[in-house]
Amino acid sequence: MNIIVCIKQVPGTTQVKIDPQTNSLVRQGTKNIINPFDSYALEEGVHLKERFGGKVTALSMGPPQAEEILREAIACGADQAFLVSDRLLGGSDTLATSYTLSRAIRKIADFDLVICGRQTADGDTGQVGPELAETMGLPFVAYVNKIEEVGAGQIRLQRMVEDGYEVIETSLPAMISVVKEINVPRLPSLRGLARAKSAAVIVWTAADIEADMSRIGLNGSATKVIKIFFPNRERRGEKLQGCMEEQVETLVQKLRESRVV
Amino acid sequence: MESNGYQGVWTFAEQRNGKLKRVSYEILARGRELADTLGTELTAVCFGHNISEVDQLIAHGADKVYLIDDPALAVNQEDLCAGELARLIRENKPEILLAGATSLGRAFIPRVAAILQTGLTADCTGLDIDAGKKLLLQTRPTFGGNMMATIICKDKRPQMATVRPRVFKKKAPDANRKGQIIKVDFKKEAVTSRTRLLNFVENITESIKLEDADIIVSGGRGLGKPENFKLIEELAEALGAAVGSSRPPVDEGWIPYSHQVGQTGKTVCPKLYFACGISGAVQHLAGMQSSEMIIAINSDPDAPIFDVATYGIVGDLFQVVPLLINKLKCE
Repeated sequence: MNIIVCIKQVPGTTQVKIDPQTNSLVRQGTKNIINPFDSYALEEGVHLKERFGGKVTALSMGPPQAEEILREAIACGADQAFLVSDRLLGGSDTLATSYTLSRAIRKIADFDLVICGRQTADGDTGQVGPELAETMGLPFVAYVNKIEEVGAGQIRLQRMVEDGYEVIETSLPAMISVVKEINVPRLPSLRGLARAKSAAVIVWTAADIEADMSRIGLNGSATKVIKIFFPNRERRGEKLQGCMEEQVETLVQKLRESRVV
Repeated sequence: MESNGYQGVWTFAEQRNGKLKRVSYEILARGRELADTLGTELTAVCFGHNISEVDQLIAHGADKVYLIDDPALAVNQEDLCAGELARLIRENKPEILLAGATSLGRAFIPRVAAILQTGLTADCTGLDIDAGKKLLLQTRPTFGGNMMATIICKDKRPQMATVRPRVFKKKAPDANRKGQIIKVDFKKEAVTSRTRLLNFVENITESIKLEDADIIVSGGRGLGKPENFKLIEELAEALGAAVGSSRPPVDEGWIPYSHQVGQTGKTVCPKLYFACGISGAVQHLAGMQSSEMIIAINSDPDAPIFDVATYGIVGDLFQVVPLLINKLKCE
């Protein structure tokens, strides 16, 4: 079973600052990491390979330093890694990103399953997975928390919904997004680390994947961020006073006054 | 699709088991205001089988309802929903499409956007119209709720957004409102579903659903161990409340994910929210801070939850909660 895992490099913290001059995000000084949700996707890919054979390909799109997370993916069990990196890709929204990834996947060509994390920790959209699946013409199952069975040309999964989980069967090739409940990602092995050091991460430009230039980067993006700002957090914060009994007494009184209770 | 000739605001009215979801009414309420600002029609699109109260969509603000009723659509097969919604949009050209940011909406609406090659903004908490340019201003939290971004879709149509549940308020129905329900045939041959729903397993452990509850009592890491959720359940019972959780107890397996409130769980907006032993990480606040009244019980006086709490009690929850239960039961 050949698997492609899509991963993204994200800032290691979500405590970001805004540069008041340029009104853009300040990213310097923050360590970059593999998007936490993507490490579950990678682990699931490696786990499936161990059960059914085949190979795991890690794929990312981003600036040259995103190579770091692809090496990490190799250290954790991926067999090969590709990075789509090109200045022309800057400013891509989810539509342009999913198109670009679809071109890279077409070039990799040989796969049964594409796995991604449920969303990224920076953008939080969760849209690239389903948009990519549609662009590739693949069936898509979101929020997978368990792969129950892999059969000939099909796969049975559990996916989380608001009030429980659904058991879903889909034909292969397919694409899924996974949630953290699916597994516990492993740490890189010593052998993996050694392999990651010497392995080649293949870097592709937009031309290498024969991308339609009108569908990538800013040109290919339908949406545009026009403003970023800090959320207006309502400050309330009245701490009750007195001994514990008195505080509870006051609270119950306030609740009664509010007529909710 | 380019923007020429697109007109009208559409909302996707999501149903589950034949019943319309609350968020379907919430986006209808906001959609009505947007349509009025633009001076255009509001249309709800509804897919399913034997859906009750479709006329309620009119009573809640729609001028028109496109209804596709077919057994194949009963369980929201995403392949089919995506194909049918894209087809209707191509035929009727709305300028805006809103859908709930539910597990269904966030999984299949992006596919509709990809089919139509247009922009989509995820999980919006603010929707306005730029009157001069007639553009939809779509505001959403990003970076785990630490930042807000306002996004536009300038040239492509429709402008599409998924909308976080419980952000906009459902309006009271007006039974006298007039509207048109248009039954549309399901184009069976047009799309085939490659996925099949085999089974559904419900794992909400008690009867009151989090999304619908007026009062929610949530427990966090401060509970220390799974057995202590009993205390949360007792308080919930005394108040007639639903039980919620912050992320750590869910990660630890003390309570199922369906109880999780926050950025990667549910967004709730009850009249009263109790946070017991919850420190108030920004991801949790993102899911509950618009609650009308928030009560925090935590032993750490510096916990950020106290910043958003209407009333806070600094103290050991194992002491405070039993006292509270007692007091509520006595009265």
